[in-house]
Parts: sequence; C-alpha cells; structure tokens
Amino acid sequence: MTAPLLSVQNLSKSYGALKVTQDVSLDVREGRIHAIIGPNGAGKTTLISQLSGQLRPDSGRVVYDGRDITRLDMAGRVRLGLARSFQLTTLLPGFTALENVALAVQAREGSSFRFLRPAATEGALNDQAMACLADVGLADRARSQAGSLSHGEKRQLELAVALATRPRLLLLDEPLAGTGHEEAARLIAMFGGLKDRVTMVLIEHDMNAVFALADTVSVLVYGRIVASGSPAEVRADARVRAAYLGEEAA
Amino acid sequence: MTDLSQALAPARPRLAGRLKLALCIFALMAAVPPLAHALGEPFLIVVATRMMVFAIAALSLDLILGYGAMVSFGHAAYLGFGAYAVAVLSRAGIDDLFLHLLAGIAASAVFAALTGAISLRTRGVYFIMITLAFGQMAFFFFVSFSTLGGDDGVALTARSTVLGMPLLQGAQGMFYVTLALLVLVFAGLYRLTLSRFGRVLTGTRESALRMQAIGFRPFPYQLTAYVIAGCLCSIAGVLLANQAIYVSPAYMSWHRSGEMIVMLVLGGIGSLTGAMVGGLVTIALEEGLARYSEHWRLGFGLILVLVALFSPGGLSGLLRRLGLGRDAT
Ligand SMILES: Nc1ncnc2c1ncn2[C@@H]1O[C@H](COP(=O)(O)OP(=O)(O)OP(=O)(O)O)[C@@H](O)[C@H]1O
Ligand SMILES: [Mg+2]
Repeated sequence: MTAPLLSVQNLSKSYGALKVTQDVSLDVREGRIHAIIGPNGAGKTTLISQLSGQLRPDSGRVVYDGRDITRLDMAGRVRLGLARSFQLTTLLPGFTALENVALAVQAREGSSFRFLRPAATEGALNDQAMACLADVGLADRARSQAGSLSHGEKRQLELAVALATRPRLLLLDEPLAGTGHEEAARLIAMFGGLKDRVTMVLIEHDMNAVFALADTVSVLVYGRIVASGSPAEVRADARVRAAYLGEEAA
Repeated sequence: MTDLSQALAPARPRLAGRLKLALCIFALMAAVPPLAHALGEPFLIVVATRMMVFAIAALSLDLILGYGAMVSFGHAAYLGFGAYAVAVLSRAGIDDLFLHLLAGIAASAVFAALTGAISLRTRGVYFIMITLAFGQMAFFFFVSFSTLGGDDGVALTARSTVLGMPLLQGAQGMFYVTLALLVLVFAGLYRLTLSRFGRVLTGTRESALRMQAIGFRPFPYQLTAYVIAGCLCSIAGVLLANQAIYVSPAYMSWHRSGEMIVMLVLGGIGSLTGAMVGGLVTIALEEGLARYSEHWRLGFGLILVLVALFSPGGLSGLLRRLGLGRDAT
C-alpha cells in the first residue's frame, strides 16, 4: 500500500482548560475524499487550521508527502500544494472576484517583485483566474467586488481562490454552508470531478454531500475522533449514532 | 465562459477618474508661474513650490500608509535625509542635483531597510510608536551634529546645480523642476500600485490571512514598500533644502511626521490623488491662514474636523462626488 499523502499523528491542542484537539491521528490517501463530521464546536475548524499551518498544535506531528511540516507556516504549505478554504470567508473585499483569484495565480507563477506593468493586463493571470471562476460557476460575476457578492457567491469565490493555488491536497471547511440548492449540487459535482487530481479533506454538515462524496468518514466529538471508516461503517456505528447522527435525527 | 475581453475592459473604472483629477492638478500647477507674474505676486511661485514639495512627501507616505496600512509616524526623517544630503555634499564641494538626490535616496534606503525590518515585526499602535522612535533617533542625530549647525541648522551657500547649470537658482526654475519631479513620482507610484507588487501590497492591507492562504509571505513586500516610500520622500527633502536654501533638524521633527499623516487624512487615503491634494492644500492653508492670524492652526483644525465629519474620503472624495474625476461608469 502506498504511503498516505497526509498523515496526522497524535495531534493535540488546548485553549486553556478546553481541549479542542485530543490526540487526533488520521491518514489521508492520495486521490481520496476524507470527510470529517461532528457537532458544532467539536473542533473541526481548529483541526483544519492546524493542518493548514494557521495554528500550531501543542503536540503531535503533521506529515505531508513524507515530509514533516508541523513547523512550516501557511504560505510554505500552500507552496507545497496544501490549500484550504475558510468557513468564515476570508476574501479581499476591495478586489474584484477576478482579482482575488488572479492574485492566487500570481502567487505561484512568476515573481511578484514586478513594479511597473499593470497586473490587470497580464493575460496569463486573467485567463487562469477566469477558468477557476468558471469552474465554480462564478464567471459572470468576475468584475464584481468581492465585498458586494452574496453569501453563497462568496463561498464559491472562496473555492475558486483555493483552486487557483493548484492544490494537491485541499482542506475544505464547510464549503456548502450558505450556498443555494443549485450551487450546492454544482459544487458537489465539481468535487466529484476533481477527485482524480486533488485529494480532499472535507468538513461538511450536509450529510447527503458527505455520503455521496467521501471515501472515508471520521467523526470528531469534543476534539476526539470517535469513529473512522467507510461511510457505510460510520453510519452503522452505534457510538456515532449516539454522539452525532442521533442528534441529527432527534 | 463569458467574454473575457469584456470582463476586463476597464480593469478598474475608479482609476480613470483619479488620473483625470491628477492631470487637472498638474495643468493647474503648471499655470501658476505665468499667473503669479500677471498678478504681480511672484511670491506665489515660492508658495506653490513648497506645496508641491509636500505633495511629493505625502505621496510617498500614501504608498505605505494608504496602500500598505503601515501607519508610519516617523516619515519626516526621510525629508531630513534628503535635506542633509544636500547640506553635506555641497559642503564637500559637490553641487550636482542628481548626486544630491542619489545620496539622499541611498541614505534613506539604508535607514528604511534597517528600521523597517525591525518595525515590521510589530503591528498596529506598536508600529506607530516604533516608527516614531526611529524618527526621533534620526532627529536627535542631526540635532547633535554640531558641524552642521546642530539645533539651528545650516544655511546653504547656493542651490544644487543640474549638469553644471544653475537651473534651480531662480524661483521659476525651482518651481518647474519640482513640478517635474512631482509628476514623475506620481506616475511611478500610479504604475506601481497597479502592478503585481502593488496588488500584493494592497491585498495584504485587506487581509494578511488571505495572502498567506494563497502562498504569500507579506514581509518582504511590505519592507520593500517601506524602503521605496523612504527613498521617494527624500526627494522631497532635497527639494525642500533647495527651496529654503537652508537645512535644519526641524524638517524631521515628529510634528512634521504628524502633519504628513494629516495631509493624507485631509486629502483622502489610498488613492495617490488624495495624498497629492492633501499635501498641496495643507501647505496652501498653512501659508494662507498664517497671514491672517497667528492662531491659524485653530482654523486648520476646524477644516480638518469638517472634512473628517462630512467627507470620509477626504477632499479628493469630495471632489469626486462633486463630479470632478468621477468614475467613468
Ligand atoms: N481562539 C480560541 N480561543 C478559545 N477557544 C476557541 C478558540 N477558537 C475556537 N475555540 C473553541 O474551540 C472549540 C472548537 O471550535 P471549532 O471552531 O474548531 O469548532 P467546529 O467544529 O469548527 O464548529 P462549527 O461546526 O460550529 O464550525 C469551540 O468550543 C470554540 O469555542
Ligand atoms: Mg468550524
């Protein structure tokens, strides 16, 4: 069996007395979608932030593509192909949708110590950015300011920006939250289509999406992984039903 | 995919408007000397020169404060480096303007790189305080420089020469050289803010987290902008020394640094045109109001409060709303 693309080993983090991540270990293999589900406040976003480099864990290791990246900052991880989308959209509100994405293209392509040529005239930047916008269904809003987009459109733009970094591993923090029915269906189809090229860690409350997309599901409760397995196994797990799915049904 | 060329046509319509306003200002300024002569008030040429000198200084500050969200409270130090470059070199028998500019820029680059690398480790109010501290260090360095007059400053024997010619000797020559440099600095900064580098700088202002999440480490870009701003401000310093034929540590006092921030607030932050308007108007008011009353600062304060209350975008924002330099859309 091949080594996993991402290996999380005994990760722990506390905020004071609150243990938000407790001895979390999981492996994500290349080409798979690994879903992490769990109730509100379970520590899903905190976990993603430690994987993306925004937060330092108190202990444990993060190994990506055979390399220990526990101490690497976020920008360094992005350059290795590890990108994330934010649950709370983090866009550049004064930039247009296209400029938001073009900046992500610019980050990986060529030097940004260029001082005179207007970036808006760089066809290569714009073309690639436009393609990413089209992928998420936002091409017709390319010239709108990110700050003026609807909530759902911001979620789509968030994804377009993450895709523009050409990730090998994409950490998705509730990408469907706030999107309309139609957009959600479109994005689910897009994730399915991306699977061959991009490995994904997916946090999502939409169980239909999770069970449609995921190869593996891990259940996080109070910062601890209580169950992990195929969607069918997890669905059948009694502890999961009690801790999480039971809540949903109730 | 929707039509790409249509999607991109005017990349930012907002820009066209501010460029138009800038061109109006340049044209207006160019007409000052003949007008002043016609009115029999040649003194206006001197005032207008000072206005443009501080417009250059304000423009340079706008790059870091307006585009980079780095609120430097020590920017006047670079006026001093430019001014003292003229004093030191002309004392050594070197009178050429380009060498004066070069020396001022070089000194500023070194100082900005060193102090910027330290200051940029801090954020928010700490950044303001540490840049203030470095500015004061530069100030006291020249105060204690007794061979250059210390506290009192030093008078120059003559203005800089251009390729051996006394181009700056007359008020008119001084005026047009200053105008030319103002146009150059504006044009350079205008291009820079639209460039790849400018996008990284502006993006960091809007969200440092987002920039890191797409793979940027903001520090080198911020430091570069900090150095460029210092270098450009030293050009204003060289001009200031020449205009006054006198150099003093007072150019780099923290009052001056504060005044430059006031210029930006008055004119409008982060549009370049606003900084230019702010620099011009502040000095015009300073000179104008000072004639009527020694309590002119009171009147200036009042104007500032009114602008802050009624026109958040500063005077340039007000001009835009009045239709001057309005968006093309
Ligand atoms: N900076 C912080 N300081 C203190 N506590 C925090 C901090 N950030 C998060 N927490 C707490 O850690 C716990 C986990 O938060 P986290 O955002 O990771 O949960 P989540 O699983 O993503 O929840 P949701 O489904 O609502 O997005 C919560 O109880 C939260 O209040
Ligand atoms: Mg969350």
